[in-house]
Amino acid sequence: MSFFPVYEQYKNMGIENIISDINQHSVLRSLNKNILTIEDFAALISPSALPFLEQIAQKSHDITRRNFGNTIQLFTPMYLSNYCNNRCLYCGFNRDTQIERYQMSLDEIDNEARVIASTGLKHILILTGDAPKKASISYLKSCCDVLKQYFSSISIEIYALDKKGYEDLIQSGVDGLTIYQETYNTDLYDNLHPTGPKKNYQFRMDAPQCGAEAGMRNVTIGTLLGLDDWRKDILFTALHASWLENHYPETEISIALPRIRPYYGYYQPEHQVTDQDMVQMIVAIRLFLPRCGITISTRENESFRNNILKLGVTKMSAGSSTAVGGHSLSNTQHNQFEISDTRTVEQMVLFLEQNNIQPVFKDWERF
Amino acid sequence: MQDNTFELGGKRLSSRLFIGTGKYASDSMIPDVCRSTGACVITVALRRVDFNAITDNVMQHIPSHMQLMPNTSGARTADEAIRIARLARATGCGNWIKIEVITDNKYLLPDGYQTAKATEVLTKEGFAVFPYINPDLYVARDLVNAGAVAIMPLGAPIGTNRGLRTEEMIHILIDDINLPIIVDAGIGKPSHACQAMEAGADACLVNTAIATSEDPILMGKAFAEAVRAGRHAFLAKSGGTSQLAQASSPLTGFIQNNEGLS
Repeated sequence: MSFFPVYEQYKNMGIENIISDINQHSVLRSLNKNILTIEDFAALISPSALPFLEQIAQKSHDITRRNFGNTIQLFTPMYLSNYCNNRCLYCGFNRDTQIERYQMSLDEIDNEARVIASTGLKHILILTGDAPKKASISYLKSCCDVLKQYFSSISIEIYALDKKGYEDLIQSGVDGLTIYQETYNTDLYDNLHPTGPKKNYQFRMDAPQCGAEAGMRNVTIGTLLGLDDWRKDILFTALHASWLENHYPETEISIALPRIRPYYGYYQPEHQVTDQDMVQMIVAIRLFLPRCGITISTRENESFRNNILKLGVTKMSAGSSTAVGGHSLSNTQHNQFEISDTRTVEQMVLFLEQNNIQPVFKDWERF
Repeated sequence: MQDNTFELGGKRLSSRLFIGTGKYASDSMIPDVCRSTGACVITVALRRVDFNAITDNVMQHIPSHMQLMPNTSGARTADEAIRIARLARATGCGNWIKIEVITDNKYLLPDGYQTAKATEVLTKEGFAVFPYINPDLYVARDLVNAGAVAIMPLGAPIGTNRGLRTEEMIHILIDDINLPIIVDAGIGKPSHACQAMEAGADACLVNTAIATSEDPILMGKAFAEAVRAGRHAFLAKSGGTSQLAQASSPLTGFIQNNEGLS
């Protein structure tokens, strides 16, 4: 069982034409339904839905408030290692990029964890490049032993694994998996990943379900917005999330919406994703997948993040650094990409509280 | 009839409205909501409690007179629920435990089988167990046999505010199960709570509808009044309803009249 055949079925339907042919009558019909199909989702992300964006946003706000309350879950990423065997054209850790490579020792991780935990955060997302011999499962398990002392929830954003790999990490205390397909356009995917293990498109596509089968409590998927036409990529993301929800009901499925940011390199995205586009996809996801988590990172700027808080977002990173040891090491490492919202956790918390939104630091415990 | 207090799990309670701690814009509202509702039972998700928090902690906002009902939200199996319950007691939250075992994140519907398993183990360990279930008669009977203190059937899927969609099933539990029935989940308006109480429920637990309203303190007061009104209506035994009108000139009236003439 795999999402891949479902993906292929829709891919062959000519999604772009379906979306562009949707009329306002279809949008209104979808907007007024309680349970939406993927066809309704296509209507809500279509250009024909733009005149109804405020109405969709109001409905999204109501659904979000009912299901998640007036709250935002906070977390922060911790970069453990930037060694990488891939040549992803859009990534600052691309193996061809001339940057200093570094992997934190367990003592350094302990220091980094202490600094992050002092902000009150209890959920951590650990990241590595795709270098399994360097940032091995065994290394990651040792990291988790350290991190468990500081954080109640540990998620991973690392190279794709099979079910057994994820089971090993769950045994060590990991409960969440974030993995991006980057784009659901197979030809573009092939071009963007010239060599390296990540070139295997289907292995990556199967990783979220391997994580769910292994017992991950949370699985977050997404694409890097801007690589392809956002409407196509978000439609497949929503289809994938819905498929995961239906096949792995025990797992909380979330969608993260990273918009491509500048990095130490030269890749220029071909597709622009505007703020309006971001809003349209957030509110459409909420109507289609009422209980799905929606994550917005510090890639987005302060003003945008402030304004989308009540639209449907449920999780936000805060106080982020995208460099290895970025919170505690004295020698500055290169960032994977530039962050845009540079507020500290304390500043973020203050803003949320002033806007009647409760920052949630802890939502799980390893009982 | 006076009905100012009732007994549950060895405690005498002065309100039949139970409240929650989730979804508030700020936990600092909780004391005011406790006051406006007059509630004396409050449920809290253990998974969200950080007893060592350097930041705000929900527990510090719960007034000391409230009866804590920790819940096992987040548990996917009976074993997880059991571990959470034990932790709740070990951290000083008392021996009341609301069992929530949810294995479906899409609909957030409780798993009756896992809930019954957890209830059986925890009652033997001395917990006062309040299982949250679909209003299923057979599951409820299993829970009675397992030693539950009360049964907490849902009115509609959690967080939906859709009211008593399971009304007929809840009526069956009220009629058949000899334990307090506390309607939990789905109650979106005070009138829904009133309806449940009129039908003979012993109490209602309301969280989302209060926490996510524009004015949780006022909404809490409205729920308290609705629960009281519903309870009074139940005790007063309403006159009942009929699908048929009561004709003022009945068609069969002649029988009595003819007999009277003979």
